Amino acid sequence: MQTPKRLDNRTALPFILPFLAVYGLFFLWPTLQMLWMSFTNSQLIVPGRFIGFDNYVHLLRDWRFGRAVGNTLYFVAMTAVPSTALGLGIAMVVARLRGAFQGLALALFFLPYVLPVSTVTTIWGWMLGYPDGALQPLIALFAGQPVRIFRTPSWVLPAVAVVTIWWTTGFNVLLFLAGLKSIPPELYEAARLDGAGRLRQFAHITWHLIWPVTALVFTIQLILEIKLFDQLYMFVGGGQVDATLVLVQYIYSLGFQKDQGGYAATVAVALFAIVVILSVLQFTALRARGRR
Amino acid sequence: MSDLATVAAPSVRRLRLLRRLDVAGLVLSILGLGCALLWAFPLYWSVATTIVLAPGQTEEGGLFGNAAAALGLYAHVLFGTRIGLWYLNSIVTSTGVTVAVLFISATCAYAISQLEFRGRKLLWGLILASFMVPTQALIINHFFLINAMHLINTWLGVILPQLIAPVAVIVYKRFFDSVPRELREAAQLDGAGHWSLLFRVFLPVNWGITAALAIIVFIGAWNAFLWPFLAVTEESVMNITVGISQAREMFGVGELAGAILTGLPVAVVYLIFQRKVTDAIVASAGIKG
Repeated sequence: MQTPKRLDNRTALPFILPFLAVYGLFFLWPTLQMLWMSFTNSQLIVPGRFIGFDNYVHLLRDWRFGRAVGNTLYFVAMTAVPSTALGLGIAMVVARLRGAFQGLALALFFLPYVLPVSTVTTIWGWMLGYPDGALQPLIALFAGQPVRIFRTPSWVLPAVAVVTIWWTTGFNVLLFLAGLKSIPPELYEAARLDGAGRLRQFAHITWHLIWPVTALVFTIQLILEIKLFDQLYMFVGGGQVDATLVLVQYIYSLGFQKDQGGYAATVAVALFAIVVILSVLQFTALRARGRR
Repeated sequence: MSDLATVAAPSVRRLRLLRRLDVAGLVLSILGLGCALLWAFPLYWSVATTIVLAPGQTEEGGLFGNAAAALGLYAHVLFGTRIGLWYLNSIVTSTGVTVAVLFISATCAYAISQLEFRGRKLLWGLILASFMVPTQALIINHFFLINAMHLINTWLGVILPQLIAPVAVIVYKRFFDSVPRELREAAQLDGAGHWSLLFRVFLPVNWGITAALAIIVFIGAWNAFLWPFLAVTEESVMNITVGISQAREMFGVGELAGAILTGLPVAVVYLIFQRKVTDAIVASAGIKG
């Protein structure tokens, strides 16, 4: 393991030991074990034997894995950009409000974010209920009639995306609001004196200075939405869900329903790799901008 | 005010006047508040629905009778189902996660911030690198591990894998770094060791961020779903987010009331400590507010 074992300073050891124990036991060790398991035919709790790259070869030919990746990307596309853009838009409006109004508006936008997934999905499950949920008239407007949303595969991911945007955008608003407040007001003052309108102020000041926050929010959203499971599971359950399969759900179903621990670990390695690559890309992108 | 302000070289006094008559701005503000109310509509709607659909609700019941019926529904869900037990499980595990995460993070951050030891840079690098660990990818191996430790269906089994929180270390280290050197030296002259320095100086000085972190760690643990869902199969050990999702059919409209009761504690904590939650989230994301 990578953890430092020999410590010069004996005083430091008891301070870092609790963290090292937790981090080693519940992060480093499971990660290494996941890598090892992906080369075996283990069951969930019964170790198997080494089978080389068989799982990885299988992964590339597995249509379910392909569909899980495709559905995950589809969901990410429907959530990450809209909730980032919406977050910035809402933050700009909230930033204009004064005093108590600002606190009130922020609280209303942020409240959904602190709620547990079960609360969010139950509320929306009722609102989208068939045939007389509160939102069915709106749906009938588009579809011509009420829709059994969570029994109709083509509606599931878009509906979950809408719920997710409602649930998580408040977080983005908070970060953008902090970013907007750190822009010196003198800049706007000067721009106004130069006769710059609202749009030009946004394009020339806000957009430039808020860019690092935008990149941060977008990456956090991206990584969060790639890990989609909870909401989807609550809406469609653990039954036959191939049509709306996503990555974490595939890991869950392989490991816990089909008892194929080794292959589940292989899919988990793929998810892990995707998230690590995205984090590194984000980190280097931010660094590169910071150096300029 | 933009359209009006484009008038060439307005005097300062005129600018001030125009700012006061900022019609476009006012419209935007009202629009903003309207959107906020619309955004919160599902919350209002769900509470209203439980009141309207509560058993015993009648047209001639009047305000008092209807309020009693709604209260009756909530009381039934709280005391007549297992929700009370799940509440207890959630409180215990979330509190456990919060206390443990804060202790582990504060001590580790103190060492990295204030002590010189071999491997310090490596440890810090590891913590920074695991900022966004996808713990969802580790569910198979967490289950393997917790099962081997015979902790499935226990509070401890739910708590342990949730203790990986590098962000808390990162936030603490930043705050500990900015504690004035004189404060530390003065305490050391009085003969304080590192443990009492941490608990008598560094933590009290950073009480605000500790409270803020505690709140968001608690909310996060209360809301955790995937791991508690996997680690517990017995209804009596389930926490509330998992419990109400497993036993929907037994509730009827009480399902909605149960969902509201599930979210109520975190919603109240947020509304009371709004400022602290904002601080903690902004600090964890590393933006200077």
